Amino acid sequence: MKSLLNPRNAVVALVIAGLLLLPVYSAVSGNLFILTMFTRIVILALAAASLNLIMGYGGMMSFGHAAYLGIGGYAVGILAFEGIGSGFIQWPVALIASALFALVIGSLSLRTRGVYFIMITLAFAQMAYYVASALSRYGADDGLTIYKRSSFGPLVDLSNRTQFYYVCLACLFGGIYLIRRIVNSRFGLVLQGVRSNEQRMQAIGFNANRYRLVCFVISGTICGLSGALLANNTDFVSPAVMYWTRSGDLMVMVILGGMGSLFGPVIGTIVFLVLEELLSQVTEYWALIMGPLLLLIVLFARGGIMGLLGRFSRG
Amino acid sequence: MAEPLLRIANLTLRFGGLVATDNLSMEVAPGELHAIIGPNGAGKTTLISQLTGQLMPNSGAIYVAGQDITRLPSYERSALGLARSFQITSLLRDFTAADNVALAAQAHAGHSFRFWADARKEQPLREAARAALKRVGLEERADVLVSELSHGEQRELELAVALATRPQLLLLDEPMAGLGVTESQRMVALLKELRKEFTIVLVEHDMEAVFALADRITVLVYGRVIASGKPDEIRSDEEVKRAYLGEQHAVTSQG
Repeated sequence: MKSLLNPRNAVVALVIAGLLLLPVYSAVSGNLFILTMFTRIVILALAAASLNLIMGYGGMMSFGHAAYLGIGGYAVGILAFEGIGSGFIQWPVALIASALFALVIGSLSLRTRGVYFIMITLAFAQMAYYVASALSRYGADDGLTIYKRSSFGPLVDLSNRTQFYYVCLACLFGGIYLIRRIVNSRFGLVLQGVRSNEQRMQAIGFNANRYRLVCFVISGTICGLSGALLANNTDFVSPAVMYWTRSGDLMVMVILGGMGSLFGPVIGTIVFLVLEELLSQVTEYWALIMGPLLLLIVLFARGGIMGLLGRFSRG
Repeated sequence: MAEPLLRIANLTLRFGGLVATDNLSMEVAPGELHAIIGPNGAGKTTLISQLTGQLMPNSGAIYVAGQDITRLPSYERSALGLARSFQITSLLRDFTAADNVALAAQAHAGHSFRFWADARKEQPLREAARAALKRVGLEERADVLVSELSHGEQRELELAVALATRPQLLLLDEPMAGLGVTESQRMVALLKELRKEFTIVLVEHDMEAVFALADRITVLVYGRVIASGKPDEIRSDEEVKRAYLGEQHAVTSQG
């Protein structure tokens, strides 16, 4: 039991309980804003968790992850625009489109390593951004308004804030559970082995790039789901969700929370977005405070917030 | 003679103007322990790397049991039963010793596109890991992170990882590198056991060990074979003495 009762697990348990009970607090206090804000946090936490799968466990520094937010979002937006409102069609299309995009850019990007990999994933995401900007039928630069959220019949009503929040939360917890299974599976061990020492893994008989590519596709698919949720949340999708600074934000969330820790991206996303919100109320130059903070984390806490908490539990 | 397990034919590899492997041909018969010796820079590790696919030769061919493997990537060579240990220890440092070996076993026990079940609970893989660790005397250290193992233990783990791939040909690149006297003796004893089961190509600087273990010895100088034969023949070979053994004459006359 001792190992279960450390600060790290305590914080994780607290965050899970907090996220589960948040709509109750929002209803009791009448604070609707906090529910809206945390819906967004939960959705982006799923995106960050998917990025963590390739960055933290796969050792691939993708700088184009926001592309899937856009692809998932546009899948929902375009289908809604063309009169197909069913979520049973929209969401699978969002996932499949993201998976295909990941398959194509993955098989090209994975020929490279390190800085080149970062650059080529960035380039592909920017291409997706410019393609979306050129879709004149679907609003081009101005984006596309979604008049009706994905419909799941009598199952669940996404235009109900509370129901929508819980759908997002279920996706987040489901996604993290899936990643947890993957990380400890045969596939996950090979993936982490390749991150640790590719030459060794090749020498004992693993085709490293095949595992990398499959991981890349899984990660992109999960992030596509996050994109579909995000579009439903804002009732709107525009090229801006794919802009490279968005990919950068996702990376920051992962690093802040702790790369290669299951729950780190969730913590990182909460801290990042709450800080952004609080600081931007104080000054419009909030990035001037956020920047040094991130610097401190990278310099003094390699494992991010989860790493710091882990250090306390050992000490 | 039976068909050689390993046949190298006219292998050449150049790095710019430097010829690291120069029209090299040699054969290794099934069951033998074949040592490759030569002064520093003779191209021994370069040769091993071409055998396992980390480096690609410019020309020539490599056959394992008659099959041309010259252009195969290293993971396919591993599937054919080629296993190597690295001169400079190359392990998964943030994994435990048992995980390192279990992954090697996993690579040769069905596919690894399994995403759900906990791989650390797969008993056959854990058993295989335990057996290989026991073989090299590391069973007590199974759950220790590689980064916390001593250098000698890491050298032994290198061997356990190679064994767990169930190889038919072991390519050992200086398994004794950096070991102390007692550790070296343990390693020699271990290799004496392994040679009963595996065909081994051994690159080694420790002449005492080489002459104690080898069935045949090939001598490389500047990427060329200058002699190949039984230990006694090598010991008395004039060219070898001139080119290489002169400086270590004391050792050979003892042996």
